[in-house]
Amino acid sequence: MIRFNNVTKHFVGVKHPALEDITIDIGDGEFVFLIGPSGAGKSTVLRLILRDLLPTSGTVIVNEWETGKIPSGKIHLLRRSIGMVFQDFKLLSDRTIGENIAVGVEILGKPRLEIEKRVNEVLDLVDLPDKANYFPLQLSAGELQRVSIARAIAAGPAILLADEPTGNLDPETGWGIMQILKEINAMGTTIVMATHNDSFVNQMKKRTITMKDGKIHRDEEKGRYHLVKHEHNAHEHVKHDGEKETTEKNVKDGKKEDQHGRD
Amino acid sequence: MAAINSPWTHIRRTPYQSTAAILTMFLTFLLAGIVGLSSLASHLILTYFEQKPQLTVFFTEKVKSKSEADALIKKLQDTGKVASLKFVSKDEALVIYQQQNKKDPLLLEMVTADVLPASLEVTAVDPSYLKELEPVIQSSEGVEEVVFQRDVVEALINWTNAIRYIGIIFAGLLAFDSILILMTVIGMKIALKKDELEIMRLIGASPWYIKRPFVVEGALYGFIGSLTAWFVITGVVLWTRKGLLSFLGVIPSIASLLSSPTEQQFLVFTGLFFACMVCSGALLGAIGSMIASGRYVRS
Repeated sequence: MIRFNNVTKHFVGVKHPALEDITIDIGDGEFVFLIGPSGAGKSTVLRLILRDLLPTSGTVIVNEWETGKIPSGKIHLLRRSIGMVFQDFKLLSDRTIGENIAVGVEILGKPRLEIEKRVNEVLDLVDLPDKANYFPLQLSAGELQRVSIARAIAAGPAILLADEPTGNLDPETGWGIMQILKEINAMGTTIVMATHNDSFVNQMKKRTITMKDGKIHRDEEKGRYHLVKHEHNAHEHVKHDGEKETTEKNVKDGKKEDQHGRD
Repeated sequence: MAAINSPWTHIRRTPYQSTAAILTMFLTFLLAGIVGLSSLASHLILTYFEQKPQLTVFFTEKVKSKSEADALIKKLQDTGKVASLKFVSKDEALVIYQQQNKKDPLLLEMVTADVLPASLEVTAVDPSYLKELEPVIQSSEGVEEVVFQRDVVEALINWTNAIRYIGIIFAGLLAFDSILILMTVIGMKIALKKDELEIMRLIGASPWYIKRPFVVEGALYGFIGSLTAWFVITGVVLWTRKGLLSFLGVIPSIASLLSSPTEQQFLVFTGLFFACMVCSGALLGAIGSMIASGRYVRS
């Protein structure tokens, strides 16, 4: 269970809040897309769930934890119940694929045999059973993202956060990743995925939270989302259920948020 | 074990930094070991001299037997500051004289018990009490002369304390320096692995799980440095053993310790010295790394 109660997040030196008075409830086992233009606050939401950030006001509750009240020495316990998949994979380059995945279980202090068993299980799940002894440099981007997912779920987290996991992948490979995430969700894991990919959102027909300017613009059970590239630049426009938004302001804010590493 | 959990891999991949850290630890423990042994030797020497009579009271002709010195003996015992008293009669004094000069018959001629005074050998509980005992003796009847070793003992105490304090200050400074250098070396290594540590942090590794390899690495530096220092010091002691015996051999405790390197006493002492050195080396290294990693690894 993830609950945001009137959460506002300000970053030091930035005039506009990254998140402004947002309230979200995500139940166990849900699959939720977080969409919106760059700078809308999607990554900030994920980082608040992971307790990589603290809200300026309001409360974030993840499972039984209120993130703002977790002592610094116990934050890792919260993070162990959350798997995280990054757009840039964040794999350890000097470790083999098997070792990268093992880290996720090793930190729990599990015995060696159990770790090996779990590594093989998740490698099977992401369809990379024969890559355990390869190094990240020897794998394609799609394979690396699958390894990243395998590491995130190796410890059996209740929640999986995915921050634009298909952002660096071609559509076909991206769909492969979506199928894996769907499979993981079917096993009962709550998935919150930030994405810009309209086709995934439109075809998966899952709960979709649209964010804009740090606020929740829409929250729909089977939402839709189209990304339209601007003719003159790569800035995004949001078209939501036939509604077209002009996003000059969003673009400005997005640039700001980029500078602070939020999106 | 993988790279981040393998301190040995860390050491191999940064040989110059590791060598600098180990050398610093070596120098620290070399000095600490020398200071420690010097302090122990000076303590043994001091103990030896403290156990020797520190003051000898020579009586006048009138005092010939112990009963005639009883008044002084009682007065001294009543002070509670006397560790031991030994009355040496005229006859005993002659035996001692003959013993000391047995190789020189000329000195033995014409010397009888009558010409030698009876004496009282006094050892204080603490050498610093000698000052207070002196007036008690001087004011007693039948006392001809007091031969007083206070100056020798005091000089010895001063030297011993000086060696100890200077050594402790230098060893302390070097230990502080070692911790700073270790913190810098470990800090640089952590900075190089910043991204990896960030990943570990985000996937739920506990602070200790992240710090542990660095702490073990620091402890290894301390262990290797102190072990090397122990080897060097032990080697030098063994090499100079005969020379040391020639001028420290008069001290029975040192003589028995150094008499044979295969004796149990020497082996036990060397073993204890080894344990002290490597344990404190590993501890110092671990503390330095703990401080360094604590500064960089936060939740």
